[in-house]
Amino acid sequence: MQLALVLDPAKCTSCKQCEMACAYENEQTFNPAKSRIRIFDFHEDGRFVPYTCTQCDEAWCQQACPVNAITTDPATGVKLVHDNLCVGCKVCTIACPFGTVNYNAATGKVIKCDLCMGDPACAKACPTGAITYSDVEQAGFDKMRAWAAKTDSGAQAT
Amino acid sequence: MHYLVLGAGPAGVTAAETLRKHDKSAKITLLGGEPEPPYSRMAIPYYLIEKVGEDGTYLRQTEGHYEQHGIDYVHGTAVALQGKAKRLKLEDGSELQYDKLLICTGASPISPPVPGLDRPGIHNCWTLEDARHIAELSQKGDPVVLMGAGFIGSIILEALALKGVNLTVVEMGDRMVPRMLDETAGNMLKDWCIDKGVRVLTSTQISEVTDGSEGLTVHTKGGEALDARLLVVAAGVQPNISFLASSGVEIDHGIIVDQYMRTSVPDVYAAGDVCQAIDFSTQKAEMLAIQPVAVEHGRIAAQNMAGKPTPHEGSLNMNVLEAMGLITASFGLWMGVEGGDSCRMHDPENNRYLRLEFDGNKLVGGQSVGLTEHVGMLRGLIQTELDLGEWKNKLMKSPERLPEAYVAVAQHNFNISA
Amino acid sequence: MAWTRKVLRINLTSGEITTEPLNMEWAQKYLGQRGLATKYLVEETDPKVDPLSPDNKMIFATGPLTGTCASTGGRYSVITKGPLTGAIACSNSGGYFGPELKFSGYDMVILEGKSPKPVYLSIFDDKVKLRDASHLWGKSVWDTDDAIKAEVQDPLAHVAAIGVSGEKGVLYSCIVNNKHRAAGRSGVGAVMGSKNLKAIVARGSNGVTVEQPQEFFAATDAGKKVLKENAVTGEGLPAFGTQVLMNVINETGAMPTRNCRDVQFEGAHDISAEAMAEPRRSDGKANLSTNQGCFACTIACGRVSTIDPQHYTLQGEGKDQYKHASGGLEYEAAWALGSATGVNDLDALTYAQFLCNEHGLDPISLGATIAAAMDLYEEGVINQDITGGLDLRFGNAKALTEAVELTGTAEGFGVELGLGSARLCAKYGRPDLSMTVKKQEFPAYDPRGIQGMGLTYATSNRGACHLRSYTVSSEVLGIPEKTDPLVTEGKAALVKAFQDATAAVDSAGICVFTTFAWTMEDIAPQVNAACEGNWSVDALMEVGERIWNLERQYNMAAGILGDQDTLPQRLLKEAAKVGPAQGLVNGLDKMLPEYYELRGWSTDGTPTGETISRLGL
Repeated sequence: MQLALVLDPAKCTSCKQCEMACAYENEQTFNPAKSRIRIFDFHEDGRFVPYTCTQCDEAWCQQACPVNAITTDPATGVKLVHDNLCVGCKVCTIACPFGTVNYNAATGKVIKCDLCMGDPACAKACPTGAITYSDVEQAGFDKMRAWAAKTDSGAQAT
Repeated sequence: MHYLVLGAGPAGVTAAETLRKHDKSAKITLLGGEPEPPYSRMAIPYYLIEKVGEDGTYLRQTEGHYEQHGIDYVHGTAVALQGKAKRLKLEDGSELQYDKLLICTGASPISPPVPGLDRPGIHNCWTLEDARHIAELSQKGDPVVLMGAGFIGSIILEALALKGVNLTVVEMGDRMVPRMLDETAGNMLKDWCIDKGVRVLTSTQISEVTDGSEGLTVHTKGGEALDARLLVVAAGVQPNISFLASSGVEIDHGIIVDQYMRTSVPDVYAAGDVCQAIDFSTQKAEMLAIQPVAVEHGRIAAQNMAGKPTPHEGSLNMNVLEAMGLITASFGLWMGVEGGDSCRMHDPENNRYLRLEFDGNKLVGGQSVGLTEHVGMLRGLIQTELDLGEWKNKLMKSPERLPEAYVAVAQHNFNISA
Repeated sequence: MAWTRKVLRINLTSGEITTEPLNMEWAQKYLGQRGLATKYLVEETDPKVDPLSPDNKMIFATGPLTGTCASTGGRYSVITKGPLTGAIACSNSGGYFGPELKFSGYDMVILEGKSPKPVYLSIFDDKVKLRDASHLWGKSVWDTDDAIKAEVQDPLAHVAAIGVSGEKGVLYSCIVNNKHRAAGRSGVGAVMGSKNLKAIVARGSNGVTVEQPQEFFAATDAGKKVLKENAVTGEGLPAFGTQVLMNVINETGAMPTRNCRDVQFEGAHDISAEAMAEPRRSDGKANLSTNQGCFACTIACGRVSTIDPQHYTLQGEGKDQYKHASGGLEYEAAWALGSATGVNDLDALTYAQFLCNEHGLDPISLGATIAAAMDLYEEGVINQDITGGLDLRFGNAKALTEAVELTGTAEGFGVELGLGSARLCAKYGRPDLSMTVKKQEFPAYDPRGIQGMGLTYATSNRGACHLRSYTVSSEVLGIPEKTDPLVTEGKAALVKAFQDATAAVDSAGICVFTTFAWTMEDIAPQVNAACEGNWSVDALMEVGERIWNLERQYNMAAGILGDQDTLPQRLLKEAAKVGPAQGLVNGLDKMLPEYYELRGWSTDGTPTGETISRLGL
């Protein structure tokens, strides 16, 4: 069974512990500006939305990469950026219709969520259960896929 | 079944892999025109600055990748197609039979009609072979002239500047990357490059190249003479279609394909830079010579070849470019549509710019300078054609709120992550 | 580590912007935020300075845990001399502004002088600028927040701003960040206004690191676990907010009602957390939309509320900004705007709360001042000629919301209300009707029903305040152990211990609400792992005591002496009429001498030489 980040805005309080955990895991500093997950604050609707990479099956970033620097980890399904191969061309950053691959000027490489290779720090840090690492078949994930499919220029083969 | 994939760029490699995925037993031949393993032109600038070695430019990184997938990767250059006989003639006189053919021969640099461009010390920046020459002639402090500040020119620009050459860029248009960036963005990029020590001459044409003290002298129409050890020509590309002369394959600017990537000749398909396929934004056949589109074409063509009918809904024109550390991107109808609304976030102090173009309540195009976060959302919103609702007005006031708008609208329509 | 070790100094008179290293010697003695900024203020200004003059300084200060994953590690404080009290003012706020300031690379910003014209300060890492704010002068906090974010073209920037009330010197105007979070008390907004500084906007891209990461994660994880498993911080506050107290305090008979005429409010349930959760008839929605955490907060007591769309406050033109969810009622605001004025209309109070956020008003002082005005009105001291037609009877919701509107924009009778209750009552010859200490209105706990709070108010260094030593924890909630709220015995020691601990907490960058669950044993390991130096429980308590005495010395130098450690006569003379405290007044006279002695102060409340040298002051 493959696990995924399940994000539940109804439980999110916008405390940003996830952003700090992510930044610390990846950059060894508490710096939300460097987080791969982000909380969107829709205060006027009383709604806070955690947002990060969905690790799509047929990932746009992966397909667009000209040097095969993004691969799928068979155990976790993670779309993983290999820093030794990434040339920093940024094609994946425009190809990903979710906008969840970003360029890091400091390293000259792109960064994206890698689920901490199967033990996501954001989920561990979330105090309310708004971010859990659980069964992908849970409600919501299929909708996310439907949304993703709308961006496709030709239906994805499965 | 024998699939012949002609051309080993991103479209060809993706197609060959996709064919194998759908047809475990067929014979698949991937025919490349260059001696190296299939590599990516996108990576060449990074090879130039030694960020990666030559193998770092390869499209696939696993040793024995093509053998493992049962893909015969062979070398050769096509000289003629005999569609009825399902036969391809090669330069070395040999012939290849196929059941289904995919043409993805890509494009080649244009050599503009300027006297003297046949001299030594003048190179395109297109192939790995070109890159090796450029690397040799662009040592620190060397005077180098770059002809053309289009997309490719601007990417090479960064590599050349990083190598520490004394660089002058000559561009015919009134700004940098005129086909990808509007006046504001193009001039922001120009000012940025000048600020970083590159001489940028826009609205300037090269009239002639002669011998000079450093090797070459590049003359402009304005009468300036620029000494150069190396002249890099990046004046645009044209599709590689000469071998199709009497093939019956219909051609406009590139190979014309239908929605299933089929050419006018039975069992012959085309993909990538060589073909003229549907542009998502205009729904017309256009030349979109960019990497992600080549991959899409390759995948869709292969699915159709393998008997999985997959209509091509149109690819989105998009580009991303870094020149001297300033990142620009453009998507779709960035120049706007008639009667549509338009808005700009312009922050020259911090070298940031975001332009959004709407058709009614839908985003149809965009352009950014200096932004690195969530840029792909522009693609998402354009290609999903979602009604922005109340967010349209919010974006008109503050275009920089695009990520919020995206998440809000995606949430509303798909209830993602809920 | 933990500290950025950098101070940003802005001279508003000259426009000069400089940075300097943080005084680490002082940091070891005063930790950060409240304590450290007070030290800077004491060293750099004359305590006798006019609070609204250019010679006063104001400091926006973060703590060492601000911007870390320590639960609630997102606080900042504004330290200055307060115009309401003339004492040290130190107002603490959450939201997301404080950490952003720190991510910009600064522990604190010191603002000096007075700008010749309205400006706002933008801090984007090392790009720091004073920008023209002429076009923002006269705008509300909310409009200013929106306008500045649009101007800097960055939706992720965080703004702290004043409203018109701050510009016009309303003496309890606050500084509101993120539209709903406030450095609320003592009129720090008026100081900002007096300096022609409309707002500060910050966005940072630097990280905060800690001294011993592994130990820090262990300590903060343990701390979070304690908060989660505690009934108050793990259940009560997230579900009900601080409003969890409304019914509890009312039953305790310590609900200051109608300007302290009564100690229980018959309408308490109507304005309680329970009422906020009930679906209303008009649209079937509850007042409470959701709860929100400030930065790094794993408690999330913040309320996000809506007003009933059919309520009178939303009818008519120009009300759009109140028609969506916004920062809702906290207990103090519900009490001050509600129980203190006798108003039990939940939507009217929510509206008044929105207005406080929109215009930058401290709802405690505002509500208590309106309550005092109502008392004056009911006593016949003032009438509608004076109030401009406001029918200020206790319980009149419409008069309440109108009074709040007028005060927010400093118009009509709102100008007089903006003086605060002490000055208002003095003006009309009835100083006895002002429920204040050192001219600051006291909060939602009647010292007749909770005796320790009498000593808390009387001795608080910033004027009456519950957040200097929240003995309610012990006296009502039994934290850390239950004491009898009706007796004075032992309260002097309790107050001193709470004061010292709170001063340390306020200097660390975390929220005092953690202390519903955390003791110093939980906090010290977090500070110790984050900061260089040895931060044991004892060390923190000593820092707290040092800060308390430093603040006291500042106030005494400012002319506020021991004789002002007192309470309004009503609480000392008029016994509670009902409830558990029926027949009781506050026994301050029994607690105060003992408190002075425990503090090592003379009988007139002056720190002795021995105490001063023991604390290294």
